[in-house]
Amino acid sequence: MTHGMPHDQVHDGAPREHIFDVGMLTRVEGEGSLTLRVRDGAVVQAQLGIFEAPRYFERLVVGRTPDEVIDIVARICGICPVAYQMSAVHAFEALFKVQVDPQVRALRRLFYCGEWIESHALHIYLLHAPDFLGYPSAIELARDHRAVVERALAMKRTGNALVARLGARPIHPLTVRVGGWSRIPTRKELQALRPALDEALATAQATVDFVTTLTAPEFKREPRLVSLRHPDEYPMNEGRIVSTDGLDIAIDSWRDAFAEDQVAWSNALQARTHAGEVYLLGPSSRVTLNAARLHPLAAEALARTGLAEQIRVNPYWSIAARAVELVHATAEAIDIIDGYTAPSRAYAPWQPRAGATGWATEAPRGLLFHHYEIDERGLVARAQIVPPTSQNQAAIEADLTAFAPSVLALPHAEATLRLEQLIRSYDPCISCATHFLDLRIEPADR
Amino acid sequence: MATGTRRSSAHRPRVGVVKFASCDGCQLTILDLEDELLAITESFDIVEFAEATSSRSQGPFDVLLVEGSISTPEQAREIVQLRREATTLVAIGACATSGGIQALRNLADHDAFRDAVYPQPQFISSLATSTPVSAHVAVDVELVGCPISGAQLLELLTALTTGRRPQLPDEAVCAECKRLGNPCILVAAGEPCLGPVTRTGCGALCPSFGRGCYGCFGPKEAANAASLAAWFGALGRSDEQVAREFAKFNVNAPAFRAIVEAKR
Repeated sequence: MTHGMPHDQVHDGAPREHIFDVGMLTRVEGEGSLTLRVRDGAVVQAQLGIFEAPRYFERLVVGRTPDEVIDIVARICGICPVAYQMSAVHAFEALFKVQVDPQVRALRRLFYCGEWIESHALHIYLLHAPDFLGYPSAIELARDHRAVVERALAMKRTGNALVARLGARPIHPLTVRVGGWSRIPTRKELQALRPALDEALATAQATVDFVTTLTAPEFKREPRLVSLRHPDEYPMNEGRIVSTDGLDIAIDSWRDAFAEDQVAWSNALQARTHAGEVYLLGPSSRVTLNAARLHPLAAEALARTGLAEQIRVNPYWSIAARAVELVHATAEAIDIIDGYTAPSRAYAPWQPRAGATGWATEAPRGLLFHHYEIDERGLVARAQIVPPTSQNQAAIEADLTAFAPSVLALPHAEATLRLEQLIRSYDPCISCATHFLDLRIEPADR
Repeated sequence: MATGTRRSSAHRPRVGVVKFASCDGCQLTILDLEDELLAITESFDIVEFAEATSSRSQGPFDVLLVEGSISTPEQAREIVQLRREATTLVAIGACATSGGIQALRNLADHDAFRDAVYPQPQFISSLATSTPVSAHVAVDVELVGCPISGAQLLELLTALTTGRRPQLPDEAVCAECKRLGNPCILVAAGEPCLGPVTRTGCGALCPSFGRGCYGCFGPKEAANAASLAAWFGALGRSDEQVAREFAKFNVNAPAFRAIVEAKR
């Protein structure tokens, strides 16, 4: 479970190669490690190792009905099951040309708001803030700042309550089905969540103010950021796939711009652009590409931080992007609940038809693409699922390669902490990354 | 568990949380006990929980919570080592107690599954089967569910602090559903529902939210799955459709697996 300490290798006549092993990453979802290969003082390779066991989800959904797939893909990730269900259900509805009731559509945004709230609250306070404040975990953080952690837990509980109100439970919700929901809430049931959401909005605003008091390490790069963009809304379930360098393609066309491959040197499926370039997804990408579509309260919060440019260029400041999105998600959840009238039916009727379909939605950690081929019986014949963390992996490695030289002179424990902090700033969800493999490090010249 | 009392770490049970092949959802259930989380960290010394803390420990553990199924050669070795370090080993969730959804490969050709997903399968280190922890080492307590119930987890932790056996239900979802007064999915809607053969613990959520139970908590003791499968057939479901109903998150549990093998 744990991994070795740094070790030097001296080869006859070869440059001195130093393997810098961070060992098992903590406070991330799933199991991974980081290894740097350093030759003559230069970082030649950063490898994010994932030893999460493969579970073959793309094969597990073959021969299943669309509604069964919605249940199954939730199990890819206990942290963001809503995202997997949303990408799948929209892909199927696009193929089957299902007309979804506007209130059913609004409830799906509300569902996503709940997942963003619980996921971002978890990451900001329980996983990420301890790094900025010098604690090994939120447990120790709570000993000194109990009220802060309790407010954070209350906000997280509200996100979970929202998901559970719609989906029956926060982890692996069970009401999403093609055409709508197996059960929709009454207006009264949703209104009962208003007091907790008002409090969560206040906590979200306090979170924005809290993150601006933090100090992040200096780091600047010019990343290629990718997210969905919708004409009028902050992106969740619909829009086009856009990037900071001018990409603008349909939501079902991820494959036109990107591809994933199992690269021999890394033993991992990684996604890149067709030109082989790395790109980054997630809250920083969404905020940068969609600042004009933030809820007015969130737009004001972003302006208040003065961190919009830092969010774009410094990955450590993703914590500010998450805080701004907390304001957005709580404020939009309140708006949706206030505007809600129960639709006449929970789901629209539909008929399966054969064909291929793709869709992307915005998981808490970024764009999550699904592609399915449906056969004549209405069952899945083939599936491709591209989680945000496998798309981010190459960009994270590139950032680590750029950042690592600045910490290599530090004592190992300190350098490890700085590098782990950088990795945690991307909120990697390793359980999601069904493609990630056990990574074995072999020096090139051994 | 008293809130606000901080016992000395010498008397607090040392707790570890580890995972194998899984989605992280069951250990997330711990972090989702928002109201009790801080009290739990005061009653227990959480010495290993990689998802939540940078502090690491190799053991020994008074209590070790194990999420996930055993699905690689490394995991098969590691669980044996962990068993030696743990006084009480608790398997949490459908993956750790039955093999999880990834145990679908136990009934199929593992290499075909692998080759369908990975272009260079020679790099993959994986066992042909995904099996529960109990197939490898002795397990002291099992918490079933996909995911586990937070209430059951709390009951377990409370029982451990007082040295009593945890009170875990073994009745069917069906019984709980009847008490809730839900219209019967199977009878009234004519839709398949695994409630009669599935252990409760979820709160009969699926029928309460307008759909049939899909067996997250696995078969209850002495479940008559064959009778229920016959009922699904009488509702007009083909053998293949019946097999799919049982081939979900507890497909490797013997009572469910028998139906899948007979019907597919």
